[in-house]
Amino acid sequence: MTSVPSAHPRAKRGLGARVWASAKHHALTVYALLAVGYLMLPIAVVILFSFNKPPGRFNYVWEEFTFDNWLDWNAVLGIQDAIVTSLEVGLLATVVATALGTLIAIAIVRHRFVGRGTTNLIVFLPMSTPEIVLGASLLTLFLNTTAVFQLGFWTIFIAHVMFIVSFIVVTVKARLIGFDRHLEEAAMDLGANEVTTFRKVTLPLIAPAMLAAALLGFALSIDDFVITYLVAGPEQTFPVFVWGVARVSVPPQVNVVASAIFLIAIAIALANVLWQYRSAKRLQGAT
Amino acid sequence: MGSFLHRHKGVTPYLLLAPGILWLAIFFAIPLGFLGYQSLQSGLFPNFEFSWEFSNFSDGIRDYHEQLVRSFVYAGIATVACLVLAYPLVYWIAFRAGPWRNLFLLCIVAPFFVTYLVRTLAWLNILADQGPVVGLLRDLHVLGPDGRLLATTFAVISGITYNFFPFMALPIYVSLEQIDPRLLEAAKDLYASSTQAFLRVTLPLSAPGIVAGTLLTFIPAAGDFINAALLGTPNQAMIGNVIQAKFLESLDYPGAASLSFILMGLILVALLVYAKIVGSERLTG
Repeated sequence: MTSVPSAHPRAKRGLGARVWASAKHHALTVYALLAVGYLMLPIAVVILFSFNKPPGRFNYVWEEFTFDNWLDWNAVLGIQDAIVTSLEVGLLATVVATALGTLIAIAIVRHRFVGRGTTNLIVFLPMSTPEIVLGASLLTLFLNTTAVFQLGFWTIFIAHVMFIVSFIVVTVKARLIGFDRHLEEAAMDLGANEVTTFRKVTLPLIAPAMLAAALLGFALSIDDFVITYLVAGPEQTFPVFVWGVARVSVPPQVNVVASAIFLIAIAIALANVLWQYRSAKRLQGAT
Repeated sequence: MGSFLHRHKGVTPYLLLAPGILWLAIFFAIPLGFLGYQSLQSGLFPNFEFSWEFSNFSDGIRDYHEQLVRSFVYAGIATVACLVLAYPLVYWIAFRAGPWRNLFLLCIVAPFFVTYLVRTLAWLNILADQGPVVGLLRDLHVLGPDGRLLATTFAVISGITYNFFPFMALPIYVSLEQIDPRLLEAAKDLYASSTQAFLRVTLPLSAPGIVAGTLLTFIPAAGDFINAALLGTPNQAMIGNVIQAKFLESLDYPGAASLSFILMGLILVALLVYAKIVGSERLTG
């Protein structure tokens, strides 16, 4: 710096500098709103085209508004079965992965044991491996052990649990780290054994984290395409169904289902934001 | 059971770990072994034989170096684009959005709530030849009268950028949000201009988020094949497209397996180079 700044730089700044600062300030706001618009644009298009009455086979150009697609959401062959499969796999895989992942998270955060570093690594690796490699390696396992594994519902389930577990561990771990150990010690001092302490003290305290992790896991499961596609065999989840029709023509019902999933997820997320906002306010009121 | 656990305290962590780690061992680690085994086989479907066929690897690189290079170039460009697009947005959310923060964060995550394939297909609508974007660009003579956006490199890279944007934005947001505002006040008190305060305080403190975001974006982007398949042509095929087609269409399992390993190895090399540049302690957090 060459010039010596004054004691109150803000007061002495010239008009040009102030205009420039204000332009910069608003430019950032304008940019942020444009960026949000960019993120929302495809979502709006998906919802908009769920109300389109496509002129021919292709639902690319806007033609005419209609509710028909929403009323006949399952009019396309296979779409309903695919959604049912997606939900079944999602629920089952989420329950199993949440249980397995929570136990791992508890072990990592609460216990010192030989092999802790290796455990962390094993949990981290699946998240940092490209999906195509995860799917490819599982597929070779299944193809080489056809006596045990036939491609279909259960191989999808196995794959989903595998890639969800790590995300569950990370989510629950984050919550467990800020957790007061004395509560458990108090329960043990009062004569509860480890299992009772876990059931009556630990579990209720980490339940919100488990719920958040489970929601994330479910979202990952019903959205997954790459791994599922490789290990699905003849079975179709909703994304696999979309892939199949994308090569020919995408019926507007696909947009209907995607819009419905989006709206449900957004409703849950908004409820969560609202709940956080409320409890933050309540905390402010308490102090 | 309770008394058993009480007597053998050292066993507890292993009992907790066992089911989950076993699952990961059987369905993540062992499959990688099978992938290696398959990658060294020779023969034609369904009669593959293990024969230490290392030529699968050299053949893979020879035949598909174009797709390999393209995967890393596309992923690299998309990662930089994500960084440039996401940083100002999350900066604004962290420092200027006030009580609306959570709502804007939700906007960043919102694309994840639309099925990956469907939101990629939405770009087909947006970039369509008869669509408004192409029409506007043709009127402005940015595109020629027959110019198109679909089936171009641009379409594939922007698809990847859009799809992985939240992976970049969220970690940067987290690191920006943790910055103590008093640090910025201190910088101002010490006569730093806002540019200087940004470059000397905010940017370095958000570096962990940038590093995490870069990894979370680049790794899945390099293995992606959906954007190239839906928004591009075979001229934009990435290595993921090749692996997927070899597994499910041409049934060349050894070829697909060796290419998967090559992809993993190249990503590892990229990570090591990146670690060298940013410092390895930053990479592991």
